[in-house]
Amino acid sequence: MDRAIAIEVSHLCKTYDAHKAVDDLSFQVYAGEIFGLLGPNGAGKSTTLRTLITLLHPTSGTASVFGHDTVRDADTVRMLIGYVPQERAIDRFLTGREHLQLLGALYHLTKEEAAKRIAELLKLVELESHADRPAKTYSGGMKRKLDIACGLLPNPKVLFLDEPTLGLDVQSRLRIWEYVRMLKARGMTIVMTTNYLDEADQLCDRLAIIDGGKIKTLGAPAELKIALGGDIVSLTLKETDRMAGLESALQNQPAIKAVRLTAKGLDIRVESPEKALPAILESANRLGCSIEFIQYNRPRLDDVFIAHTGRRIQDDIPKEE
Amino acid sequence: MKNYWQEIRALTMRWVLRLSREKFSMLFTLVQPMLFWLIFFGNLFQRAADSQVTQAPNYISFLAAGVVVMTVLNNGLAGGVDLLFDKENGFLERLMSTPIHRSSVILSRFIFVMTITSLQVLVILGVAFLFGVHPATGLLGIATILLIGMMFGVGLTAISMAMAFSVKSHGDFFSVLGFLSLPMIFLSSALVPLAAMPGWMSFLAQFNPMTWAIDAVRPLILSGWSEALPHVGMVVLVMLAFDALCLYGGAKAFRRAMG
Repeated sequence: MDRAIAIEVSHLCKTYDAHKAVDDLSFQVYAGEIFGLLGPNGAGKSTTLRTLITLLHPTSGTASVFGHDTVRDADTVRMLIGYVPQERAIDRFLTGREHLQLLGALYHLTKEEAAKRIAELLKLVELESHADRPAKTYSGGMKRKLDIACGLLPNPKVLFLDEPTLGLDVQSRLRIWEYVRMLKARGMTIVMTTNYLDEADQLCDRLAIIDGGKIKTLGAPAELKIALGGDIVSLTLKETDRMAGLESALQNQPAIKAVRLTAKGLDIRVESPEKALPAILESANRLGCSIEFIQYNRPRLDDVFIAHTGRRIQDDIPKEE
Repeated sequence: MKNYWQEIRALTMRWVLRLSREKFSMLFTLVQPMLFWLIFFGNLFQRAADSQVTQAPNYISFLAAGVVVMTVLNNGLAGGVDLLFDKENGFLERLMSTPIHRSSVILSRFIFVMTITSLQVLVILGVAFLFGVHPATGLLGIATILLIGMMFGVGLTAISMAMAFSVKSHGDFFSVLGFLSLPMIFLSSALVPLAAMPGWMSFLAQFNPMTWAIDAVRPLILSGWSEALPHVGMVVLVMLAFDALCLYGGAKAFRRAMG
C-alpha cells in the first residue's frame, strides 16, 4: 500500500434520470500501472472514464487525479491527462500533423515546443510519411495511431484509453498493445476500458470488472483467476446414470476441491492436476464409468467474468447512456 | 489572456482549413444558392411586382435587402452543424478534455460563421450592384448592413448551436432546420412588404426578428440615412434583446451537454 496513488475514485455515482449508470464506485489506480475497466457495453465504464477526464460531473461522490478533484480542479486535471476517445475522433479534412498542431495550441505550447513534440510523436506511431495527408485517406489502424498520438501530445502523466482496439484488425491491435506497454515502461499511468477479455488479461496490471454500474471484483488478472480456486477438469461421460456415484466418490478426495454436475458429466476443480487426474481416472474405472472426453483448463478471465457477473461478456445489456 | 487568444485562433483556423480543403464546397459557400434568389427571383418578378407596392424603383432593388438577411438566416441556422458532427464523432470531447476555456470552441465558431456570412453579404451586394442596385448610404451604409447582419447572425448561430448540443441525432437537427427556414422567410418582409401581405401573415411577420433586420437594411440600400436611421436604431435594440435571449438559451444547452 505504499505505492503512489494516481487516481482515487470514492463513492462515485452518476444518475441519468432514474437510471444509475454508475453506482457507488470506489477504487484506486497506482502510479505507473495499467489499470483496466472491464465490462460489457453499458456497464458504466465509459461514464467512469468520462468523469475522470472532467467531462462529466458526478451526481455524488468524488474522483481525483494526483490529488486534484475532477470538478473543482478540472483545469489542473486537464493538464495532467491525455485522452484517446472511443470513437475515431478525427477530423477527416485535417492532416495528421494539423491535428497535433491544433492540440499543441490548445495545450498552449509554443510553436517550437509543439513542432519538436509532434515530430517525436509521429515517429513513435510511425505516421511520419503520412503526416501531411488528410486523415480521410488513413486506414482504421492509422487513425487509431493518430488518436493515440493526440492523446500523448500533452506528455500526460495519466493516459486514458477508451476501448483502444475496438474494431481493429489483429495486427493493428498488437501494435497498439506494444505502444501501451512501452508507455508504461516510460512510467506513464494508463487507464483503459475494454470489453475484450484477452486484452485485459494481456495488458492490465490490475483490472476492475464492472457490471450494472458496480465493481464486481478488482485485482491482478492472475490473482482473480487464482481466487476462483484452481484449475478445472471437465469430464464428459458416455452414460449419465453413474454420474452421481462418481460425484460422491470424488467429493472427498484430497487433490479435489469441488465437484459440480453438468449436463453430460462433471466439472472438477482441482488443486494440482498431476495428483488429481490419476485419482479421477482411478475412481471412474472403479465405478465403471466410461469417459468419452476429458478436458483440462486453467481458469481464464472469461471464467472470472462469469463467476462474478453470472454471464458472458458478449451478452450485451441494452445501452442506456 | 494570451492562452485564450491562442486557443481561439487555432480553433478558428481549423474551420478555415476545413473549408479550404474542399474546393468545391468553398466555391459554393461563396457563390451560394442565395444568389439565385437575387438573380432569378429578382428578375423573374421584375414586372409581376408592383413598384407602387414595393416602394422601390424595381423588384431586384427591393429584394436585395431580403436576400442579404436570408443569407444571414441560412448561415446562422446552419452555424452549429459542424459542432454537431464534432459532438457525434467525439472530436468535441477530445477538445473539451484539453485545458481550454470552455467558451473557446463556441467563440471560434461565431468568429468563423460571422466572417463567412459577411463575405457572402458582400458578394450579394456586389452582384446586386451589377444589376444596378447602388446602396444609397454608401460604404458606411454597407458597414452598417454588415453590423446588422452580424447582430442577427450571432443569435441565430446561438440557436443553431443550442440545437446541435441538444438533439439526439443529426437527422433531428436537419428536420428542424429545414422546417424553420422557409416560414421564417415567407413570414418576413423579405419578398413582399408587410403592408401588401394578408392580415394574418403580416401580423405574424411583425414578430419575426428577420423583418426588423430587413426593414433597417432596405432603406440603407434604397433611401438614405434620414429614413434608415430610426430603423437602424430600432433593430439594434431588437437584436440586443434577441441575442441576449438566444445566447442565454445557447449557454444553457451547452452547459447541459458538457456537464
